[in-house]
Amino acid sequence: MKILVCIKQVPDMESKFKVNADGRWYDAADLAWRMNEYDEYAVEQAVQLKEQVGADSDLTVLCIGPERVKETMKKALAMGADRGVNVADDNSHQKDPFEIASIIAEFAKEQGFDLIFTGMQSQDRGSAQVGVLVAELLGLPSISTIVDFSYADGRISAKRELEGGVKARVSCATPALVTCQLGLNTPRYPTLPNIMKAKKKELLSVELAELLKVEGKQETSKIYFPEKKGGGLVLEGDASDLADQLIQILKEKTAVLA
Amino acid sequence: MKTLLVAEYRDGKLLGSTYELVAFAQKIGAESSMFLVGSETVLPQYDGTLYLADSSKYGEFNPAVHKQLLLDVIAREQPEMVVFSHSSYGWDLAPRISLALNAAHISEVVEFVDGVPVAPVCNAKLRREVKANTVQTVVSLQAGAFGLSSDPVGSPRVERVETDTAPQIEFEGYEEAEAGGVDLSKAEVIVSAGRGIGKPENIAMIEALAKSLGGEYAASRPVVDSEWAEHNRQVGTTGQTVSPKLYVACGISGAIQHLAGMKKSEFVVAINTDKDAPIGEVADVLLVADLKQLVPVLTEKLQIL
Ligand SMILES: Cc1cc2nc3c(=O)[nH]c(=O)nc-3n(C[C@H](O)[C@H](O)[C@H](O)COP(=O)(O)OP(=O)(O)OC[C@H]3O[C@@H](n4cnc5c(N)ncnc54)[C@H](O)[C@@H]3O)c2cc1C
Ligand SMILES: Nc1ncnc2c1ncn2[C@@H]1O[C@H](COP(=O)(O)O)[C@@H](O)[C@H]1O
Repeated sequence: MKILVCIKQVPDMESKFKVNADGRWYDAADLAWRMNEYDEYAVEQAVQLKEQVGADSDLTVLCIGPERVKETMKKALAMGADRGVNVADDNSHQKDPFEIASIIAEFAKEQGFDLIFTGMQSQDRGSAQVGVLVAELLGLPSISTIVDFSYADGRISAKRELEGGVKARVSCATPALVTCQLGLNTPRYPTLPNIMKAKKKELLSVELAELLKVEGKQETSKIYFPEKKGGGLVLEGDASDLADQLIQILKEKTAVLA
Repeated sequence: MKTLLVAEYRDGKLLGSTYELVAFAQKIGAESSMFLVGSETVLPQYDGTLYLADSSKYGEFNPAVHKQLLLDVIAREQPEMVVFSHSSYGWDLAPRISLALNAAHISEVVEFVDGVPVAPVCNAKLRREVKANTVQTVVSLQAGAFGLSSDPVGSPRVERVETDTAPQIEFEGYEEAEAGGVDLSKAEVIVSAGRGIGKPENIAMIEALAKSLGGEYAASRPVVDSEWAEHNRQVGTTGQTVSPKLYVACGISGAIQHLAGMKKSEFVVAINTDKDAPIGEVADVLLVADLKQLVPVLTEKLQIL
C-alpha cells in the first residue's frame, strides 16, 4: 500500500508576530517553527496504517516550503515515515490553497497512492481547502474533518466531526483522501533511536518548477493586527497582588462573590 | 451583486446558520437566491428563490452528488458569489465547487471592509485582506460573524432540482455526543482549563478554583483530546455553549472555535502568560501571569473570604 501524508511547517502560535516589510505576511524572522498541529494527527494515522498493513507498505511525507521545513520533516521521518520529499519553495507562504493543492496533485498523480492524509487546516493561514482540493484534482473521494479512522479490505471507515459534538459515520473505497481533525489519535513522540534512524532516511528535494503548472486565484493584499476592542483591563505583576486586585474587581463588577 | 446562499440541513432540521447567510447578503446589499438539500416540510423563512433538492433522495452528506446539484443551479443562476457557512458542511463542499468553477475561494471570512473579505491568520492573532483574481468567487463565513437576519420572513419560491450523479461516499448515520455528566449551561461560574495548564495533574488546581467560586470547571479542546477532562466539559463549537455570570479562562489562547462557545458570558477573566493572546479580545480582565502560580494563590484567598 502506498501512502502519502502532506505536512506544513507553521510558526508556534505563541510567538510574538510582526508584520513583514511588504505588509502582506508575517515576518518569518525569530519565530519558532513546528509541524502544523493537525498534520501531526495525519502523520500518526498514516504511520498506524503502515504498521497495520505491514511490510507491503510505503509512506512518503511531502512538504512544500523553504529549506527550514526539513527540520519538521525529520520529525515525521522519526515518527515512522519512510521518506521525505521537500518541494523547495521560498515563497510558499504567498501561494494560495489552489496552487499548493495543484503542486501536491501534480506530485501524486502518477504514483498511485492508495491513501492520502492531510490536516483539516493549517494553523497559520487556516483555509481548510488544500486536502479536499487535492482529492478533487486527482478525482478521488475525500472525507474531511475525521476524528476516527479504520481501514480493511480496500475500504476506509471514518467519523466526520460535525458541530456540537455530533459525528457522521461514513465509508468509501480506496484510493481516497482524508483530512485529519484534532483528537483523531495520540501522536507519538519520536524516540531517540527512531530519531537516529530517521537521519538515514531519504529526504529528497524537488524543484518547484517541475510541479507548479497553475496560477493562483487569490492573494493576501494586506496583513495587520486586529484592533483591540472592548477595552478590557490588562494587569501584570506579582501573583498575590493580582489575586487581590481580581477579587476586588469581582466584588465590584459581578455578583459572584456576594 | 448576485449571490447564491448555500443553506444547511441536518437530521431533519434546517440549520440556524442559514439566517446568517441571509444577514450577510443583506449587509453587503446583494441580491440572493438559495440552495438547499433538505425537505419541503421545513422550508426557510426566506423571500426569494429556493433551489431545493430532496435530502431523502440525495442524502444529508453526499459530497459528489451535492456538488453536482449545486453546480447545475450555479449554471442557471450565474451568481457572482457563492456563499457557504464555514462549517463541517461548508468547508467540505466549498472547495469542490470553487475548483469546478475555477473561482477563488476565501475561507473563514469574518468581515468585509470596503467590499474586501477579511480572514483570520495565526489563531486570530492577525487578520488579512484577501483579494480574489477571479470574477466569480466562493466565500465561506465564520459562524456568528455577520449576525442573524433580523426577523426572517417570507416563504420562498421553490424550484426543484434533480441529478443522477453517483455517490462516492457512503453515509451510515449520526452519532450523538455522549449525554450526561455536567450541564455547564446551568453553571453561574465556570473556570476553564486550556493547554496552558501543562499537565493533567493541574486540572485539580482548576477544579479547586472553580469550587472556591461556587462553580464548575470546564476545558478547551486540547485538554479534552488529551483525555485530561471529559468531553462533556468541553466549551466551544464542537462542545457546549455556555453563558455564565463569570468565565475564567486559564491558559486558553482564545481560538475562534473556543470563543464561539463562551463569548456570551457576562464577565470574562483570562489568565495567560501571553499578553497578545486573542482571548484578550473578549476578556474584561486579562491577568498576564503564570496560572500555576496565580491560580493556587487566588483559590486560597477566595477560600478565606
Ligand atoms: C472545526 C474545529 C472545531 C473546534 N472546536 C473546538 C471547541 O469546541 N473548543 C475548543 O476549545 N477548541 C476547539 N477547536 C480547537 C481550537 O481551534 C484551538 O486549537 C483550541 O481552542 C486551543 O486550545 P487552548 O487555547 O487550550 O490551547 P492553545 O491554543 O495551545 O493555547 C494555550 C494558551 O496557554 C497559554 N499558556 C501557556 N502556559 C501558560 C501558563 N503557565 N500560564 C498561563 N497561560 C499559559 C499560552 O500563552 C496560550 O495562549 C476546534 C478546531 C476546529 C478546527
Ligand atoms: N506547504 C504545504 N506543504 C504540504 N502540505 C500542505 C502545505 N500547506 C497545506 N498543506 C496541507 O493541507 C492541509 C490544509 O491546509 P490549508 O488548506 O492551508 O488550511 C494542511 O493540514 C496540510 O496537510
